[in-house]
Amino acid sequence: MADAKVRTMCLGVPGRVISIDGDIALVDFWGVIKPVRLDVVDTPVVPGDYVLNHVGFAIRRIPPEDIAETLALYDELLRRAGADDLMAADVRGELDAAGKPS
Amino acid sequence: MSVLPGKPLPGEQRAGKKLEFRDPVRGAALTEALAARARSLGRAPVSVMHVCGSHEQAIARFGLRAAFPDELDVIMGPGCPVCVTDVPEVDEAVALARQGVRIATYGDMLRVPGTAGSLADERARGARVDVVYGVAQAAELARSGEQIVFFASGFETTAVATAAVLLADPPPSFSVLSAHKYIPPVMEIVAEMPGSKIEGFLAAGHAATITGSAVFERFVARHRVPVVVAGFEPLDILAGLVRLVELIAAGEPKVDNAFPRCVTREGNLAAQARLWKVFELQGGRWRGIAHVPNGNLRLRDEFAAWDARKRFEIDVAALWDNAPATRVAQCQCGDIMAGIASPHDCALFGRECTPDAPVGACMVSSEGTCKIWHQYGGHPDLRQVRRRT
Amino acid sequence: MNDRRYVEERITLKYGAGGSAMRALIEQIFAPGFGEVAGGVGLSAMDDGAALPIGPDRWLVITTDAHVVQPAVFPGGDIGRLAVCGTVNDLAMMGATEPLALTCAAILEDGFPRSELEQIWASIRAACEEAGTTIVTGDTKVMRRGELDRIALTTTGVALTSRVVTDRGLAPGDRILVTGTMGDHGLAILATRGELALETRLVSDVAPINGLIRRALAAGGDGVVAMKDPTRGGLASALHEMAGKSGVGIILDERAVPVRDEVRAAGELLGIDPLLVANEGKAVIGVRAAAAGRVLDALRSHPLGRQAAVVGECVAERPGSVIADTGFGRRLLGEAEGELLPRIC
Repeated sequence: MADAKVRTMCLGVPGRVISIDGDIALVDFWGVIKPVRLDVVDTPVVPGDYVLNHVGFAIRRIPPEDIAETLALYDELLRRAGADDLMAADVRGELDAAGKPS
Repeated sequence: MSVLPGKPLPGEQRAGKKLEFRDPVRGAALTEALAARARSLGRAPVSVMHVCGSHEQAIARFGLRAAFPDELDVIMGPGCPVCVTDVPEVDEAVALARQGVRIATYGDMLRVPGTAGSLADERARGARVDVVYGVAQAAELARSGEQIVFFASGFETTAVATAAVLLADPPPSFSVLSAHKYIPPVMEIVAEMPGSKIEGFLAAGHAATITGSAVFERFVARHRVPVVVAGFEPLDILAGLVRLVELIAAGEPKVDNAFPRCVTREGNLAAQARLWKVFELQGGRWRGIAHVPNGNLRLRDEFAAWDARKRFEIDVAALWDNAPATRVAQCQCGDIMAGIASPHDCALFGRECTPDAPVGACMVSSEGTCKIWHQYGGHPDLRQVRRRT
Repeated sequence: MNDRRYVEERITLKYGAGGSAMRALIEQIFAPGFGEVAGGVGLSAMDDGAALPIGPDRWLVITTDAHVVQPAVFPGGDIGRLAVCGTVNDLAMMGATEPLALTCAAILEDGFPRSELEQIWASIRAACEEAGTTIVTGDTKVMRRGELDRIALTTTGVALTSRVVTDRGLAPGDRILVTGTMGDHGLAILATRGELALETRLVSDVAPINGLIRRALAAGGDGVVAMKDPTRGGLASALHEMAGKSGVGIILDERAVPVRDEVRAAGELLGIDPLLVANEGKAVIGVRAAAAGRVLDALRSHPLGRQAAVVGECVAERPGSVIADTGFGRRLLGEAEGELLPRIC
């Protein structure tokens, strides 16, 4: 067929496994169902798992708890970025009160 | 500054988990945090580099450059595997096609120019070139018994797929012309370039899913700059940059994993085993970056039976007769890929070199800096644009 | 529009893709020598159709379309339905929502199955009924096997209107509306092509929207200043043309553009942006700000316009540019370079 301009290089999109037949999983990407090979994924995969897909191969099983962990990591970064200034001011305040150089 | 809640906006709930990494509320907060961090360094601008075309694609697609602070310069390095595929490698594929062999390749490789044109040019002259979405599809084409050569491009993550197919009993008429590349060595070269001002690297999350984050530890020890592994959603990229600037500010040269849902320290050992069973590292030229030691992935001798270079007598010399004069001398792809120049520094950009009539590989690939800049209008200062509502 | 490109020695696939190459072809090869249509809209305007003045406040609107979609039958429709809707919708985009009649010429390849032809003609009849029009004349040719890829249809439509709406009437401050979800047709076609091994429920949106547009025009009146249907090249192409011809910039709120989850997913998997692929049952409408609310309500009151949305606004800065606000930042919205998807309409 003529070439569709398709980006296939580093496309790692997560999808949900619906069923498995041998080494091939049927994976649901938001309602689009695509067969994905399980040859190189390093942990057992069962229906219901999320997998990261790259050029038709699952390269990683994504445990659902890791998603929450990642979001928590971002919130932690935000906390640190926002709270630093406040913390520094608190420390300086205490040191001044104690008469020591900051 | 308050921490904003991470609830997806109404209407985005039904689209599921994926959109949590596109939550614009968190995105705005991370953008502010990045600006604050960069400013607090007190020197401008700080340069960091990413080495993945997909990162640049995501940055361009979500318009993140319009949101990055002035104090931070995010440079794209040699992370487009198609762009760094050198002319002799393209010539091998073109020569085979001219010799009547049917070639299968990923879409982006079709129009990369070699000495005497691209695979697309050869196809217009009657050669048989198929675009495939995956290496497995190319192998399927060979089931009929017809000789199919898969012109394999891509970095290590993509090479794993090629290895898996070769290990799963492909049809005998299938073979691979490997132009696969390996990223870690080129980071060394970039870090060692004289005058390099790069203070930190953002590493590709998907490659690290395979190789593990540990693969960067020696690099960090030697060059004393932090490396943060980041994913490809907008929140992943913003968070990765915040973390990177944090580490630069603290003077902490270490490897940090900002993509824990997919990356571990040791990576995917099963995939690595397959990769190194089939491929070995070889030094070679990357387009525009001269010699990269251990930068190319080539088929091991045990897989000579599947190696197109061994199966066929590839006659590249035939291409060099009557090759039309090219503007290659003025092409700045090499410097652009190394992060030394930007597309606007190239006299050909947008004039003689356009996505329609590309001179260099950076303008061909959807992950090429020049192609992306041309498509998204370069680095226009879109901060000035305000909605009137 | 200032396309500096020149038409090359060979007319390749990209010249049919609906983007800037095609516009260059029309400008440089097709249009020269045919002059302007005084008081109307002619070839050089490259609008969805032509408008010929035939009396005070009266124009004859005429449009023609060729259809070569592959496969001829796809989820949600077929080449017959596409042929009727394409022409009916082009007339509507010029402001003519009551077609007088259509013509239909068919070119068939030797060996084309009669049952399939009957199925396609049943679709044509059904689409005509939905649109309130009919086929009054046509032509038939059969070519030798191998000389044509199965079937090609050409339709021409004529209608009368008392007000012509062009694609170049935008001014700063105007709002941009779309009548529904973007990307459905193009991605549905791509998904049916077996090579991709995608199983989807993607369905083309091909439908006659003259009734929908009639409602919008009734509600908006003179407030409706520009219209275009986003077929080849998608929303991006339509916006670029409208912005360029009108001499305004457009800011697109990407997150406000309605896109079905499945279409978005298919687009992500394939690396194809739903904003760059064809729609066959949708319109892009430029509206004066004061009229935007009631035009939106009118669209949503119609079954084909339930997901209509305001997606952008026009500004004076950067005329001809379309800037997408992604929610995370801003970028210039690109156009598809060349042939994104072959044979989709």
